[in-house]
Amino acid sequence: MPVYFDNNATTRLDPRVLEAMLPYLSGPYGNASSLHRFGRAARDAVERAREQLAMLAGCQSREIIWTSGGTESDNLALKGVTEGALPTRVLYGATEHPAVLETAEALRARGWGVETVAIGRDGLIDGPRFERQLAAGPVRLVSLMRVNNETGVIQDVARAVDPVHAAGGWLHVDAVQALGKIPLDFTALRADLMSVSSHKIYGPKGIGALIVRADVELAPLHHGGVQERGLRGGTENVASIVGFGAAAELALQELDARAAHTQSLREQLESGLRSLPGVQIFADGAPKAPNTVQFAVAGYHGEALLMQLDRKGFAVSSGSACSSGKGEPSHVLLGMGIAYEVADGAVRVSFGKDNSAAEVEQFLAALAAITQAAMPAMQP
Amino acid sequence: MIYLDYAATTPLDPRVRDAMLPWLDAETHFGNPASDHAMGRSARAAVEQARTEVAALLGCGPDEIVWTSGATESNNLAIKGALEFRGLQGAHLVTSRIEHKAVLDTCRYLETQGLRVTYLTPQADGLIAAEQVLAALRPETAMVSLMWVNNETGAINPVAALASQLRERGVLFHVDAVQAAGKLAIDLAQTPIDLLSVSGHKLYGPKGIGALFVRKRPRARLAPQIHGGGHEQGMRSGTLATQQIVGCGMAFRLAGEAMADEAHRLLALRERLWTALQVLPRIYRNSPAEAGVPGILNVSFDGAEGESLRAMLPALMVSSGSACSSATREPSYVLRALGRDDELAGSSLRLSMGRFTTSAQVDAAAAQVVEAVTRLRAWSPLWDAAA
Repeated sequence: MPVYFDNNATTRLDPRVLEAMLPYLSGPYGNASSLHRFGRAARDAVERAREQLAMLAGCQSREIIWTSGGTESDNLALKGVTEGALPTRVLYGATEHPAVLETAEALRARGWGVETVAIGRDGLIDGPRFERQLAAGPVRLVSLMRVNNETGVIQDVARAVDPVHAAGGWLHVDAVQALGKIPLDFTALRADLMSVSSHKIYGPKGIGALIVRADVELAPLHHGGVQERGLRGGTENVASIVGFGAAAELALQELDARAAHTQSLREQLESGLRSLPGVQIFADGAPKAPNTVQFAVAGYHGEALLMQLDRKGFAVSSGSACSSGKGEPSHVLLGMGIAYEVADGAVRVSFGKDNSAAEVEQFLAALAAITQAAMPAMQP
Repeated sequence: MIYLDYAATTPLDPRVRDAMLPWLDAETHFGNPASDHAMGRSARAAVEQARTEVAALLGCGPDEIVWTSGATESNNLAIKGALEFRGLQGAHLVTSRIEHKAVLDTCRYLETQGLRVTYLTPQADGLIAAEQVLAALRPETAMVSLMWVNNETGAINPVAALASQLRERGVLFHVDAVQAAGKLAIDLAQTPIDLLSVSGHKLYGPKGIGALFVRKRPRARLAPQIHGGGHEQGMRSGTLATQQIVGCGMAFRLAGEAMADEAHRLLALRERLWTALQVLPRIYRNSPAEAGVPGILNVSFDGAEGESLRAMLPALMVSSGSACSSATREPSYVLRALGRDDELAGSSLRLSMGRFTTSAQVDAAAAQVVEAVTRLRAWSPLWDAAA
């Protein structure tokens, strides 16, 4: 059995979630066409899942639009809010996920001014600088992530709400990595849009949601059909929606226990890493999600370390799974001002609810063996 | 309950479900297909295997298949992606009034962005003729988007014949093949279609998964509609849903294996149904006997308004055959083209059969429809049995 430490990339479907999904994968229940009896049963299941997710995200169920995942949610937010509006500025954090970054950059071709919000070496926004940037001209949208997928840094997005609104903009929060890891309350936060995804919280892949306040003017990304208040056409993916709802309910029940468990694993790992020579932990000391550690070992290329760990049965990542295999160091670390050579060594460990202290011990032993075995070769 | 609404959606084939389950519950099968470790690689291999299965049914290369969240997204990506890449201003597109709303709504939206669109009205047989399309072409026509099989009647548009003519004229050809895939032979190696949309859940696969065929040679270029990590050759970002894709691949494989037998069986069931219904006078067949897919029978019943008829058939899951186009809210162009007036177009049922339909179900459904129509006519002050 491999040791899976890549829970920010994706998580294992919870068997209890699968139980909830199975009726919609067999028999007549999956038929979403709303007019017949089974269609109505599917409709009820979709609406129940909406309530389950609303509880976890702290929003109203009517504010939820189902999508195919976090990437589509981010695209719908950024394109949906800018579509048809007079182009002004769109701002996004320098360490955002590619789904926000690439979408924002694509808006340039539509005449938008696109700017990054500077992020410090601790992974956090420089508040006064950000406020000066906002004041420099009209803004349509600001997109900031609640928890960074690579470093785990928790951004205090609540502090951005008033300045963004004062500048006349909407605030979109990418909460894909925050959902289920730290408490979320969309209503109290007073943000305008928020992206979430199912497969990061032990739900199925291929389903996500965009949470949108009623007063936000949003244009659809996919045209055709009246599903999701006309904002997202397409036959509903009933089984996956039910799975997301069940995963959300479990995440809410177990939020504290999961956070405490992964936090203890993280502390165990960080303490072990500090005893190894040449290890640097990124955004060390910043507020971080309980489950994520990103580090580099001096003299080691991250991808190479990852391959050696993979051979020993450990699944970790060098950064985002979405940018795997591109051979480029993480834009997140570069965005924080980390030097290219250091960023190139990044390894990300992200724990999940099913990981154990024994696995962390095995990992530390394997890492020590790899780095020590390689020492002589490096010192001819 | 008898389910005769296979054209709307199909039940998941148990073999498809069995193929999906390991990717939903096994301890080692949940990796992100984009991850660079053993679990990521095994998920990626499953995704690529499914891609070859979809490609095999369509006669194209696996690298010409782009996964999407369903046919609505496929149609959006094809039309918006190609026209955005090329430049919308001054461009012209030819489509028809009988397209799915995902195509029509996309065209309506693009009209607000500067695209000119010609909406063809079907001929007397309910179909769009190749000559109609060719006559509508202008020097600035960038694209033709046409459905292969009509979802209301099952009638087959002459897509294959049109493809080479459009290729000769350098016009991009997008085909919505949602109702065609797995029902009739598609060979994209021999048919110069540039973009083709398919869906999983019309073929006994899962909901929430579809694909777009994007031709490599000559290459159809698209502007992505979902930006992000650069998945799917940069054309469609987002974590791939392994279980959905594996289900879609299995569904397409099974459809390919069963196509000839199923077509034969469903044709027989369709004609059995039609024969049984013919005890009723003054009913009109809207589905072609020859140029139609086997599983769909659309019938108008004089003197039996569609919604009332459906209300009298609580044990029968069917669609009203007078489906409006959501973009226009007008009565079916297809049925009107066939010469049905608005009243008759509104008095129709679409009975669509599939893999799990039995002849006993067909007989029972026919008996229920005959009884319901007879009773409705008996109650109607307007029905004149002698007319």
